[in-house]
Amino acid sequence: MNDPILPLKERMKIDRQSMPEQDATQRSGNFLEVNLGFTEKMALLEAQRCIQCKEPKCVQGCPVMVNIPRFLDFVVAGDLAGAARSLFGDNALPTVTGRVCPQETQCEAQCVRGVRGKPVAIGYLERFVADWARVNRDAVKIEPLAATGKKVAIAGGGPAGLTAAGELVKAGHEVTVYEALHKPGGVLVYGIPEFRLPKQIVEEEVERLVQAGVKIENNVVIGRTYTLPELRATFDAVFIANGAGLPVFMNVPGENLKGVYSANEYLTRVNLMEAYALDSDTPILRARRVAVVGGGNVAMDAVRTAKRLGAERAILVYRRSRAEMPARVEEVHHADAEGVDFENLVAPLEVIGNDRKWVTGLKCQRMELGEPDASGRRSPKPIPGSEFVLECDAVVVAIGTRANPLLTSTCPDLKLNRWGNIEADDSGMTSIPGIFAGGDIVRGAATVILAMGDGKRSAQAINTYLQTS
Amino acid sequence: MHLVTAKIQLSPNVTRLDLEARRIAEIRQPGQFVIVRLGNGAERIPLTIADADPARGTIALVIQAVGKSTRELVALEVGDSILDIVGPLGHPTEMIASGRAVCVGGGVGTAVVHPIAHGLAERGVEVISIIGGRSREWVIFEEELQRLGQVIVCTDDGSYGRKGFVTDATREVLEAGGVDVVYAVGPVPMMRAVANLTRPFGVHTIVSLNPVMVDGTGMCGGCRVDIGGQTKFACVDGPEFDGHLVDFDLLAERLGTYREFEQQASTACEAGSCRVGLTRPAPSLPVQP
Repeated sequence: MNDPILPLKERMKIDRQSMPEQDATQRSGNFLEVNLGFTEKMALLEAQRCIQCKEPKCVQGCPVMVNIPRFLDFVVAGDLAGAARSLFGDNALPTVTGRVCPQETQCEAQCVRGVRGKPVAIGYLERFVADWARVNRDAVKIEPLAATGKKVAIAGGGPAGLTAAGELVKAGHEVTVYEALHKPGGVLVYGIPEFRLPKQIVEEEVERLVQAGVKIENNVVIGRTYTLPELRATFDAVFIANGAGLPVFMNVPGENLKGVYSANEYLTRVNLMEAYALDSDTPILRARRVAVVGGGNVAMDAVRTAKRLGAERAILVYRRSRAEMPARVEEVHHADAEGVDFENLVAPLEVIGNDRKWVTGLKCQRMELGEPDASGRRSPKPIPGSEFVLECDAVVVAIGTRANPLLTSTCPDLKLNRWGNIEADDSGMTSIPGIFAGGDIVRGAATVILAMGDGKRSAQAINTYLQTS
Repeated sequence: MHLVTAKIQLSPNVTRLDLEARRIAEIRQPGQFVIVRLGNGAERIPLTIADADPARGTIALVIQAVGKSTRELVALEVGDSILDIVGPLGHPTEMIASGRAVCVGGGVGTAVVHPIAHGLAERGVEVISIIGGRSREWVIFEEELQRLGQVIVCTDDGSYGRKGFVTDATREVLEAGGVDVVYAVGPVPMMRAVANLTRPFGVHTIVSLNPVMVDGTGMCGGCRVDIGGQTKFACVDGPEFDGHLVDFDLLAERLGTYREFEQQASTACEAGSCRVGLTRPAPSLPVQP
């Protein structure tokens, strides 16, 4: 880095750097990553926008408490290896979180630069440093402590499980991750599309763990191949991170017509099973008009995927207004730029089909916003007489998931809440000693970073448990 | 990797593969299935476990070659291997403890009926197997079922056993009385016909459904079936259900979701471009008829 480090006053004058991205028209026809990443020069400028607060609020806003000012200070000093070591020390998967975290409601929401102007682009900088470490692989290595002789099983190879695996192998334990699918990564490989998180990145992160000694066994369904009590009997501790599981459907007539998908199925076919490639063995309906129901990140992923699969109209149907959408702001912007049609304040009533049981439309009703509900968002109320039919050839339902009972049903002693999620304390400890749980199976459908936070905290709790048991 | 340890051609388009899968061989129960994936890029195919040898650590899968993926599977030889096998999945068969059971198998469904009949016979249930095929060469698992009880073979052309459909023989057995439960596995029209037949007799009828499936753990919901007006996932709630409650029309329609894709893939496969892929025409799937 050639540019000199600027004094504080000058730093305040730097504008937030914009993320270079693939042209919207071009990218809506391919599955390549949308965001292209900062250049080194941009990263240096942006990192200098951080004024190194003595009590950095951004760190408090991060579910895994990344020491943000510290790694940014390394960037400013031109020591990218130092930045990478600092970052990876706090966060097991920064290449992932730098791409998929909702920074605008977490670290960046707390940044003092955001009070008068725009916050430091912490997410983009995290991605820059993490990507640097992808190329410079030797800069960051997991170096496990002396072997403890303790064995830990992890049920589920998603963000929570992989994070816990990294932390536990570092501590010197023997770690085995059991993954139900044929490839580890969980939602990172079956759910989040290539254009937002290239699969190569997940593979590299998994490889890093394997090199550090983590054993990964694919095609093992805990609850079927092995029961939870069987695992508990062979391992010193178990961490359950098997995800949210079952897709929720709308419970409206016509939902089993041909052409109605859960977002899980639609995205799994395209991502994990690679149906986006024309020569894939896995089929996907390349419908002309696709209606996606929901307003979260998964809905956004599905509707942008539909566009890329060649849909003339990819329509997002959401029952509240844009302001209430739980999706990352950047994804909503990207979807908009790519030509996604937004049908906001619209709720589906029925899926309409023809005599051969193919979808032909979605009967909907217009909504208006009333008083705030329990979640604090204004609740939608139907407008009488506003029914209409949205013509479409496929419907993707992205309104959430609920707990999958496959694992928990094999262990009646495990305490569940009334929705079937596992009850765990702040450290992830469940009602059974030695069994910990985290991620969506505890929280219900949440985010990658919250799952990772659970993985990290549970790993620490497991360490303590193993030292005292 | 799962080694193919034995291969038997059971009928002109039905092949039995024995595969190494120790854990599954040890714990599987009648009615359960696995999902196999031949290699990288291949489809995930759900297949019911037809038999298992816990001592050898092998499971038997009986595969009807109908499309590209199944044809690739049956092209495997002893010594070849399959990349992924996951299971055992689904609920085990709900078995009666005593009495008389009729096990009806149509075509490749007979391979699914076999472990059920085996499990029943082990418990001391009297098993009557009614199995069918187009003609003699299409009848499978007759010998294995003979060991478990009476077997009535039906062929469409009368070339073997009695001439006619399995439903005709089933009706006669029902009319003779004393049947406690009927298990029926085969093509959708056959299972529907058997369920319609047993309904007036008031005999509990269990069918095994094989809808389109991806993960097999309840995650995708692609295998939705309508059971008595309620949506169930065949992979985790089934695959066996009360035949009197199944919406067979919906099942048949949903099974046809990818027919056009499968035909294109299959044509390309016959043309010799299997596993090469790139020469296959892009699957354009008009959703409107």
